[in-house]
Amino acid sequence: MSPATRSRPVPDATLIESSQQLSTWATLRRGLELSPELRKGIGVTVMLALISTLGRVVVPFVVQQTTDRGIMAASGPDIGLVLRLVLLAGCGVVLTAVTSYFVNVRLFRASESGLATLRIKAFRHIHDLSMLTQNTERRGSLVSRVTSDVDTISMFVQFGGLMLIVSLGQLTLATVLMVIYSPLLAAVVWLCFVPLFFLIRRFQGIVGRAFTQVRERVGELLGAVSESVVGAATIRAYGVEDRTATRIDTAIENHRRASVSAQIKAVAAFTSGQLVSGLTTAVIVVIGTVLAVHGQMTLGELLAFLFLVQLFTQPVQTATEILNEMQNAVAGWRRVIAVIDTPADVADPADQGQSLPRGPITVVFEGVGFAYPGGDPVLHEIDLRIAPRSRIAIVGATGSGKTTLAKLLTRLMDPTVGSVQIDGVDLRAVRFSSLRSRVVLVPQEGFLFDTTLLDNIRFGKPVATDDDVRLALTELGLDDWLAGLPQGLRTDVGQRGESLSAGERQLVALARAYLADPDLLVLDEATSAVDPATEVRVQRALDSLSRGRTSITIAHRLSTAEAADEVIVVDKGRIVERGPHRDLEGAGGVYAALHASWVAQQQGA
Amino acid sequence: MASAPSPTLRRGLRVVGHGIREQPRWFALAVLGSSVYGVMTVATATVIGKVVREVVGPAITARHVSADQLWYAGLLLSAVTLVNIAGIVVRRIAAGITFNNLAALYRRRVTRQYLRLPLSWHHRHPSGQLLSNANADVEATWQVFQPLPMALGVIVMLTVATVQMFLVDPVLAAIGLLVFPMLFVANLAFQRRMSPLVTTSQQLRAEVSEVAHESFEAALIVKSMGREDHEGARFTHVTDRLKNANIEVGRTRGLFDPAIEGIPTLGTLAVLAVGTARVASGQLTAAEVVQIAYLFSLLSFPVRALGWVLAELPRTVVGWGRVDAVLQAKGVMQYGDRALVHDGASRVQADQASYSYDVSREDGTVTKTSPAVRSVNLDVLAGGTTALVGPTGSGKSTLASLVLRLIDPDSGLVRLDGVNLRDVVQGGVPEVGSLVAQQTFLFDDTVRGNVTLGAPASDDEVWHALRISQADGFVAALPQGLDTRVGERGASLSGGQRQRIALARAVIRNPQLLVLDDATSAVDPSVEQAILAGLRELGSSEVGNSADHSPGTTVLVVAYRMATIALADDVVYMENGRVVDHAPHQQLLERCTGYARLVTAYAREAAERAAVLADEDHLDATGAGA
Ligand SMILES: Nc1ncnc2c1ncn2[C@@H]1O[C@H](COP(=O)(O)OP(=O)(O)OP(=O)(O)O)[C@@H](O)[C@H]1O
Ligand SMILES: Nc1ncnc2c1ncn2[C@@H]1O[C@H](COP(=O)(O)OP(=O)(O)OP(=O)(O)O)[C@@H](O)[C@H]1O
Ligand SMILES: [Mg+2]
Ligand SMILES: [Mg+2]
Repeated sequence: MSPATRSRPVPDATLIESSQQLSTWATLRRGLELSPELRKGIGVTVMLALISTLGRVVVPFVVQQTTDRGIMAASGPDIGLVLRLVLLAGCGVVLTAVTSYFVNVRLFRASESGLATLRIKAFRHIHDLSMLTQNTERRGSLVSRVTSDVDTISMFVQFGGLMLIVSLGQLTLATVLMVIYSPLLAAVVWLCFVPLFFLIRRFQGIVGRAFTQVRERVGELLGAVSESVVGAATIRAYGVEDRTATRIDTAIENHRRASVSAQIKAVAAFTSGQLVSGLTTAVIVVIGTVLAVHGQMTLGELLAFLFLVQLFTQPVQTATEILNEMQNAVAGWRRVIAVIDTPADVADPADQGQSLPRGPITVVFEGVGFAYPGGDPVLHEIDLRIAPRSRIAIVGATGSGKTTLAKLLTRLMDPTVGSVQIDGVDLRAVRFSSLRSRVVLVPQEGFLFDTTLLDNIRFGKPVATDDDVRLALTELGLDDWLAGLPQGLRTDVGQRGESLSAGERQLVALARAYLADPDLLVLDEATSAVDPATEVRVQRALDSLSRGRTSITIAHRLSTAEAADEVIVVDKGRIVERGPHRDLEGAGGVYAALHASWVAQQQGA
Repeated sequence: MASAPSPTLRRGLRVVGHGIREQPRWFALAVLGSSVYGVMTVATATVIGKVVREVVGPAITARHVSADQLWYAGLLLSAVTLVNIAGIVVRRIAAGITFNNLAALYRRRVTRQYLRLPLSWHHRHPSGQLLSNANADVEATWQVFQPLPMALGVIVMLTVATVQMFLVDPVLAAIGLLVFPMLFVANLAFQRRMSPLVTTSQQLRAEVSEVAHESFEAALIVKSMGREDHEGARFTHVTDRLKNANIEVGRTRGLFDPAIEGIPTLGTLAVLAVGTARVASGQLTAAEVVQIAYLFSLLSFPVRALGWVLAELPRTVVGWGRVDAVLQAKGVMQYGDRALVHDGASRVQADQASYSYDVSREDGTVTKTSPAVRSVNLDVLAGGTTALVGPTGSGKSTLASLVLRLIDPDSGLVRLDGVNLRDVVQGGVPEVGSLVAQQTFLFDDTVRGNVTLGAPASDDEVWHALRISQADGFVAALPQGLDTRVGERGASLSGGQRQRIALARAVIRNPQLLVLDDATSAVDPSVEQAILAGLRELGSSEVGNSADHSPGTTVLVVAYRMATIALADDVVYMENGRVVDHAPHQQLLERCTGYARLVTAYAREAAERAAVLADEDHLDATGAGA
């Protein structure tokens, strides 16, 4: 997809920004802050790691000492010394192995715990983001932020971070030893490496950007794949498999290109380290020979120094490798942090908020207007008071703003101007725990979880027993339907509820809201796919049982409006009429016209 | 399961074989680069020895060194380094390309398979899992190609080194060789322990993705019922299990990594000890021992690449198993070779067609539900409009899917213009028939893209289709008109707007057969009237812009509303998957009680209410009068 077509009809304000502005350091710092486990006990781990490095360094050192003072000793090979040294090195190896084991285990535990925390935080925060922010990103892409993006971090935090510290330690140790042997040569080695350090800095930026690209492409890839999976039926019905395949292929190819390009850049960064290491060895041999010729060091010392150079170059190479890995991790980390740091603009006031007592509920809209981000206002100056215990029907043409009204009412979004209140309290000041138990919306697009009927119906009220659920279904007049299911409440509804028919899915969604027993039930075309006989039955059940509760029903089938206490007519974002059906029916307004078409439909045109 | 020495190793190597056959060139290049690297690494040791012997040593003894000698030493060492690095660069880049090409190739294959497999297969597999198959599992399968060339280079290196060591001193070489079987045994043991752990971890990875995907899809419900914490707990649960599985993996790696690292080092030490003894007894020179010891210390790091490959193999096998399950999935729809005629409205017949859905049980077995459509006979005459009516869950959508061959009947058959749908060429049915599904699905694309679905169409044609589906008004008001993007699943549109775009998608194709599955449920009555009027014209009038506009359309419409039904020449009434009766509306109303009960529900309701109200009024009146 070209960049132009990827833009979405929403301004940046609500987007989950890629927080590319966050520098590498800031990312690491924020990352550690979000996963405190990564730092827990790190002192001990670093200690152990240094010990194991010490053990690791002992070996080449012993090799060098053995050759220098044991085998090449002026007085002939000193077997005793060699054996002692070899034994010492053997102990070093064992020490390294044992400490490494503990280091590894500690690191794995810390990093996996830290990353699990990060995943969970990101996941939880995605649910806290406002509906509009969630919609700015494809679901597949959101999934990648809690799965593969986090996975890219794991490699680095498991080994990389620590290895970086250890490498620094080894670098220092090697430098000290080199200075002891020959300060001059040590200076030469450092001189050779200085340009590399500058080079690495430059490469970091380049490699980092390349990996960021890769992470973004992964998100797009998952978005494309997700669409082909979720839209399977539509794709088949229209025979557009080829077109979908082309779209996916583009995403796959873009991702492949980005990955290869990132890898090439990383290789360039890595080999610069190797190159400098190799050339340094050559330089040392040459200068060392000159020094030795002038009697400033022995052959043994020169050879020993070459070992030390290796001891020095190896951590440098490791470090360049790890820095690449770090850029990869940072790219993933940024995307996860971006989610977590995106403000939830429709936030739970939590402890600052009020908990309202249950009971009959009054709803007030005061001068409410709403515009979707970047769009024209879709609701204007809505003033409305809904009395407790009333049955309200909202009707209006498609696109007139009914669903928007319902979403404001249930605080899935906040109004652009004005305020929505329940029992005299602005919704923004009501605790979610209180609000969600009092007000429940059954949205136009119902969604069921891939589990049993039972678990779906008691989603809003997990403490409900089988009998509670059965009773709810009976009250709604759905017991016959339940009886027809071979596995009853244990029936699996399939992913998204697709093992049920569309009408059945709506009935389950309705039962789910009904069981949650709110004070205000908002039904947004919740029975649009249900057959008329069942709809009438369910609606009647709801009416007779909802006496204590307010219900607001949005429906295009005007049978609900006919039965409501009051009808609210929305047209082009304004409330144009309201009153009981009987009054509006003959008023010659919008409702009268709508109703006339409805009646015409009922009579068969 | 075979119980051969190491099934993982064997199966892993087979997968690697697949991969090599797919990308032979890049892989060969990577191995070539790696071999250069292998040879050159050994050469570094040799060259350093040579320089010391021929230049440094004599120079120190002679207390003099010429510029030429220094140049010789410096350039020789640099040359070896440069060639070595060239090998590394080639190896790494080629290995990276091999891996990425393989991953892209298999992502394409897996997603192609998603597009090819029937809907029934999709019903049984969670989207999150499929997402994981196409991403994490493909990656896990081919990841091994990153360290593999290096490992092969190491084998070259080991061979060269072994030969060299044997040339220098067979005894020391033999000691060195002892290290290799030890390494091999350690690696095998490692792999044994790892396989089951990695399998679990990969499985859990997919589960995490499944839960996340489902939960994000359900975001609106979760929010509106205030169940964010509950979802958080659900996700925490799988994430914790993944965490524990990964820690277990880490524990095993933590144990074996240091062991595998330590073995070559112990070899070096043994060489030194024995070497010194042999120098003392005059069988070797000191320089020779140093050379071998240096070789060993050079080898100790790269040898671990073999371990990396072996460590990757369990993931390879597990990932491949999951990817291959998709690639091997059965039930891809078979197509025939018969074309459908393109001259006018189609006739649809179903002959004793039955269909049961597959459901997968907890234990992974697949069973059939009781039939959703049972022995249905249907004859929809060309050019006519037939309404399909029935209570919720009676099988209307299932029948609609059968008619357009989204699914194949278990028994019986469906014919379009006399041709059994199973015999029609691939792509033949969608060319002739269009379905507007009950559940609207829009792509994350522009309005135009959603209507044309990539087929060439002029703006006029698009607008015409939008007009018929009563969508022209609101589309014109969108900021970028036809080029406005609608968001994922059309999130930026209202329910009725989405539905009308989906309708336009069908209309623009001038289908010979149009199946509307409750396609106007989300639009208001007046718009619905207008749509129906437009559709009625679709078949008869010459409104299209193309010359070959079809002269007629057969319409099969699932509906509840009388107006829609009244439009139909014939009404088919279904109950419980069976066609109970069919006849024109009026006739059916008189003779079929189930049907009458269903379609007059609103009217009866209204009448009852009127009666109650009248009673109340009456009571009020009398009450007031009293
Ligand atoms: N994917 C599926 N897996 C298992 N069972 C299914 C699946 N889809 C539908 N069913 C079952 O098959 C029966 C018929 O479903 P279908 O969707 O055809 O009904 P419908 O007549 O279209 O109903 P509605 O009016 O609610 O849309 C129902 O009992 C339903 O539970
Ligand atoms: N997420 C969104 N971003 C931008 N615009 C939106 C979004 N959702 C809805 N709209 C626009 O807001 C207007 C009102 O939409 P709303 O969903 O409230 O209509 P509705 O009355 O519920 O219609 P319907 O009966 O079709 O469901 C429409 O013009 C629609 O295009
Ligand atoms: Mg709506
Ligand atoms: Mg249906």
